Amino acid sequence: MTFIRSAILDELVDRWLSKVAALVALYVTFRGHNAPGGGFAGGLVLGGVFVLQFLTGREPHLRHRPIRRPTMLLGAGLLMALGTTAVPLFVDAAPLESHIWKPDIPVIGEVKVVSSMFFDLGVFMVVVAVVLMMLLSLGARGSSLVGDDGGEVS
Amino acid sequence: MVLFPAVVAQFVAGALLLVGLRRRPAIGALVGLAVLAASTAVVATRGIGASTTLTETVGWLSTLGFDLVFELDGFAVLMALIVLVLGFGVLLYSLAYFEHDSTYARFVGLFMAFAGSMTGLVLAADLFTMFVFWELTSICSFLLIGLNDKSESARQSAVRALLTTGAGGLCLLGAVGILQVELGTTAFADLVALQPTGAVMDAAIVLILLGAFTKSAQFPFHFWLPGAMAAPTPVSAYLHSATMVKAGIVLLARMSPVFGQSDLWRWWVVLAGVATMLIGGWRALRQTDAKLLLAHSTVSQLGLLTVLVGLGWSTALYAGVAHLVAHAVFKVALFLGVGVIDHELGTRDVTKIGAARRRAPLVVAALGASTLSMAGMIPLFGFVTKEKALVAVLDAEVGAAGTVALVGVVLGSVLSVAYSARFLHALLSEPDRGEHDAVANHHEHHESSVLTRVLLGAPVLVPAAASLLFGLIATRVGKWLVAPSTSLAGSAKSKLVLWPGINDALIISAIVIVVGAVIGWRAPLSVAAPHGKHRSRGERSFDAVYDATLGLAKRLTRVTQPGSLPMYVAVTSLTVAVVAIAALAVDGWPAFEGFVSDSPLTIAVTVLTIAVSIGVAVVSARFTAAVFLGGVGYGAAVLFLMRGAPDLALTQVLVETLTIVIFLLAMRSMPHSFAPASSWAPKTVRIAVSLLVGIVVPLLVLSVHGARTAPSVAEDYAPRSISEAGGANLVNVILVDFRGFDTMGEITVLAVAALGVVNLVRAAERHRRQRERENSNASAAAGSATGDVS
Repeated sequence: MTFIRSAILDELVDRWLSKVAALVALYVTFRGHNAPGGGFAGGLVLGGVFVLQFLTGREPHLRHRPIRRPTMLLGAGLLMALGTTAVPLFVDAAPLESHIWKPDIPVIGEVKVVSSMFFDLGVFMVVVAVVLMMLLSLGARGSSLVGDDGGEVS
Repeated sequence: MVLFPAVVAQFVAGALLLVGLRRRPAIGALVGLAVLAASTAVVATRGIGASTTLTETVGWLSTLGFDLVFELDGFAVLMALIVLVLGFGVLLYSLAYFEHDSTYARFVGLFMAFAGSMTGLVLAADLFTMFVFWELTSICSFLLIGLNDKSESARQSAVRALLTTGAGGLCLLGAVGILQVELGTTAFADLVALQPTGAVMDAAIVLILLGAFTKSAQFPFHFWLPGAMAAPTPVSAYLHSATMVKAGIVLLARMSPVFGQSDLWRWWVVLAGVATMLIGGWRALRQTDAKLLLAHSTVSQLGLLTVLVGLGWSTALYAGVAHLVAHAVFKVALFLGVGVIDHELGTRDVTKIGAARRRAPLVVAALGASTLSMAGMIPLFGFVTKEKALVAVLDAEVGAAGTVALVGVVLGSVLSVAYSARFLHALLSEPDRGEHDAVANHHEHHESSVLTRVLLGAPVLVPAAASLLFGLIATRVGKWLVAPSTSLAGSAKSKLVLWPGINDALIISAIVIVVGAVIGWRAPLSVAAPHGKHRSRGERSFDAVYDATLGLAKRLTRVTQPGSLPMYVAVTSLTVAVVAIAALAVDGWPAFEGFVSDSPLTIAVTVLTIAVSIGVAVVSARFTAAVFLGGVGYGAAVLFLMRGAPDLALTQVLVETLTIVIFLLAMRSMPHSFAPASSWAPKTVRIAVSLLVGIVVPLLVLSVHGARTAPSVAEDYAPRSISEAGGANLVNVILVDFRGFDTMGEITVLAVAALGVVNLVRAAERHRRQRERENSNASAAAGSATGDVS
């Protein structure tokens, strides 16, 4: 398959797009509780940016950044979701039962934090990791690109 | 709550030792000793002489009626003390036994885990709790038999032991299910009160007996126990003689007050026990390895215990409990003593162990005393309990089964005297001069320190002394055993005496001892190993069943998993179609009202999507088909958006985008075009199957939609969304809160799939690289060959 290459696109994808997209992805994740979005969609947005980087021939770049070990991210995401599931058990609540905090932060004012947000964050991490792992392993050209955890160059 | 912590502490200690103290196993063992001592203290202070029985319930699957229930009644106290005190002694012994062994850290961790499992098993107050710990002991036993994981025979023995006891565990689970469903309880106390009978209970009896027989190595499952001797001596002494193999006896003791009056129970127990007693005793006469001799004698003694405990006759139950104590005490001394001889001489051959007399006289004396106890000689404790056993079966009011039991016990006793005499003969015989020198050479390499000798010697001497002491104070010991046996069955109150006076049992005993001693002393020490038989008959039948099972599984897999993707798709699709048609035929065809849209945009998008999906089917290039497939997904996303599901639409677009890219990546290494239709499924068949599925599935969807009778869950969720979960987006709240478990499962599947992809690609990569290397090697070899010629 042919890869699109041009200096402007490189610059754009390299410098800006990934940063802005990461912000957008997190925004999509966190707004999910009240508006369309959520961890799954947010993870896919960031995954989409990785795909774009990949298609513009930034594969080696993708390999070193932004996440060195996607498998670690995968495990961390699963653990975070599992943790959110299990923690309510310790306070005699049903698994996954939501708790709502409303801390008062200076300058910003009252902020509403729902515990299921962390669950969504776990979903987000898992999805990002899955997209990265699939891209890196299926997209590997040549023989030595797949490292020990699917992420590192061996 | 003290019992549960006492059990868990041992597991925690085991886990910590396995993970944390790998480098310093000796310190780990000291921690283990402390934990065992503490647990012993708990059991002793709370159990002995307590006015009320301590009971603890730890909630687990309470809604199903399953909880972990522990009860410290008399029998539990006795068994727990045996488990913990002997565990303490064996762990102490292991400190010196393993010395330079790298597997020691693993041993200590697993040993503690096993001690915890066994303590839990004997404290269990219902069959369910017992089952849980039962399985744990099987697993620990498997790991400990295979401790020397570099020896193939050790691994095989471990697998045999695990599968045999594991199968018994499954039977026990079946019995738990039957009792819970039929009677609503598995608590031993409730079962004794209920005295259930009937055909279903007969099934439960058979299952329980299968569980007990596999665990306690009763005929025809006796073969795994001698094989388990591949484990190091401390493991054999503790698990496969003193405690774990007694688990089956514990189960029988708990259940015989419940089912003991049933003929089925009684005959099975008596026949299996007698057969085991005789086979084990006969085999013990023909072993050249002292440890294997002891293993077969354990099998034989377990048969005797099975008969006594399972007979369902109260005096026999009391005798069984007494003999269980006697056996645990003398057998642990015997195993550990043989371990010392092995350690000193480097051999366990019965023709050579006579040399140990000079090297370790005290240990040999202790072995002699324990052997006499095993043979049932006055004034040792074994005599007292064996007398009691004879009296019990002589007086048993259980009909013909009692007669069979009596004959079996007498013959079994002859054999046990015989193998004891043979073992004594081996201990006392004078080794050849040459052997003596060889042994002396071994000894020079193995100069043991005083501490080592004490650590190895004490755990042998103390139980041997106990065998003698218990015999001398038999009356008092008999009183101690009243509480344990009456806690099993209220009528099982009896007493022990050292000198019963001249009675039938004593006369039988005298004859037994004379006959047995003559047979045993004259039995040859060196037995030529039978030709070409490395495995016993039981092991060979086990292996035959094992291989046949694996062979069948392989054949089944070859039929059901031919590796053809079109085949899988065809089978799956046709199954769906057939099931759907059957459902539609039963429930009637769906109504079409309410599904016809009048919005021109919807119609346009739908038509477009249909057109694109037809495109997927007709194009010949994979690449184009993948892009078309993406188009179908986008069409669906637009439909979602128009029907008011922005979340779904958003996710669909994103997923579709990523899927196309991943599809294309994967397709780079596949042929450009689809393969031509294979002969077994020509094009017409494929089209027919596709059309069938394409028509039936939408019909099914329609009828499912029209079949709703209960109100939609959305009506329940919607008002709770903000108040309970603090979110206004109902879809998301369902995903992360109301149905969060589903999401948890989905992301786990996603993670597993990603790991699968990574590993499959890596495996393919490795395969390719290897092939390349082989090719280059071959060409290099060819090149050098031509070079030589030129």
